[in-house]
Amino acid sequence: MNPLEQAYVWLNDPLNWTNPGGVLERLSEHLIISAAAVALGCLVAWPLGIWLGHRGRGGPIVVLVSNVTLAIPTVALLTILPLTVLGFGKPAVIAALTVFAVPPLLATAYTGIREVDRGARDAARGMGLSGGQLLWRVELPLAVPYLAAGFRTAAVQVVATATLASFVNGGGLGQIISAGFGLGMNAGGGQILAGGLLVALLALLVEGTLAVSQKVITPTGLRGRR
Amino acid sequence: MFLQAYDDPGNPWFSWRYVQDNTDTILAALREHLTLTAQAVLIAACVAIPLAVLAYWFRPLTGPILASSGVLYTIPSLALFAFIAPYVGTGTTTVLIGLVLYALLLIIRNSLAGLNQVPGAVRDAASGMGYGRFARLVRIELPLAVPGILTGLRLATVSTVALVTVGDLVGHGGLGTLLLAGFRNNFYKAQILTGTVLCVALALVLDLLWIGVGRLATPWLRRGR
Repeated sequence: MNPLEQAYVWLNDPLNWTNPGGVLERLSEHLIISAAAVALGCLVAWPLGIWLGHRGRGGPIVVLVSNVTLAIPTVALLTILPLTVLGFGKPAVIAALTVFAVPPLLATAYTGIREVDRGARDAARGMGLSGGQLLWRVELPLAVPYLAAGFRTAAVQVVATATLASFVNGGGLGQIISAGFGLGMNAGGGQILAGGLLVALLALLVEGTLAVSQKVITPTGLRGRR
Repeated sequence: MFLQAYDDPGNPWFSWRYVQDNTDTILAALREHLTLTAQAVLIAACVAIPLAVLAYWFRPLTGPILASSGVLYTIPSLALFAFIAPYVGTGTTTVLIGLVLYALLLIIRNSLAGLNQVPGAVRDAASGMGYGRFARLVRIELPLAVPGILTGLRLATVSTVALVTVGDLVGHGGLGTLLLAGFRNNFYKAQILTGTVLCVALALVLDLLWIGVGRLATPWLRRGR
């Protein structure tokens, strides 16, 4: 039997889905961890990015944050954070993933606000809008396409990276792949491939869904401008 | 006795003694990491830059090339290794294929952006001087696209250095294998942190190296500015 047939057999066994540590449990772990990390990332990055963009300062900070996090391996953070005060379990994994969700969210929030047309900003000022009103009524609505794009990048990246939590036994769909490698290539080849297919499918599904929602929430007047 | 007790405070985050006692292991991991990164980026560049040229020459191909490398990039690294391993086995080849596929998009996208930035007037002037399509590419367009290509190579290098660690899944993760071994071996903090620091340092050094290469390759950008 070639690995693809083995994977097909593995996926067709209902117990592989419903058992403890089966696909359904791992999938819900995966989604919970990812959602928490993205939510936390938004909570940290959006206010900071929007504020920096509104003030027109801190461009270098944004660039620095993205460059530094690019160089830190996810695996390293996943192994270091459980040994700090966070302890073993979900909080450490979520914190590690949040670190990688922040850069795209921060960068797009900052650029989104910065890229608002000067004329629109000046006009709003001329109409007597205060700083806060300018932010809420003019800058934020115009930055929505950027915020949505950043959210999509961050979410897809976090869902993909969450598979690595399996390296530290942190749950998620990656666990299925790691367990397959644990069985060895002959016995676990099908499970490895099946796990890979599930993970890839989830990532592409999230990407597709968010790409569509990004189109939907972009205000009509801004469509097709980017 | 007292000295020894002080000398052994359990499980510190950093310990020179660990580094001294395990220099060979650390250097072997570093060497594997560096080799995998260099091979992956070089192979990826050899595939990606011609693809970027292809997309630049034939506009209708741009969409399919960017879309397919984008899909590859979206697939999580662990899944990519899971696809390759059952067929190729658990060796460095599996890691290398995964790393190359992952680096493609970054290089293609930035090289294409670099090529597209070549001013139309420059292209017309080259054609007017009698350059053929190929000569124009090699003598005019590629040199002018160097900053874009280099951005792609830098991004690919830094992200590859981070990604090599995932190769631990098939037993070849360079410094990743070192730090994960530390994690599994009673959470040996000194080993974990040494692996991490070396990983980040390697990314930084290679990035600076590319910046140096870029300065050498584009002397005209430094003059007259």
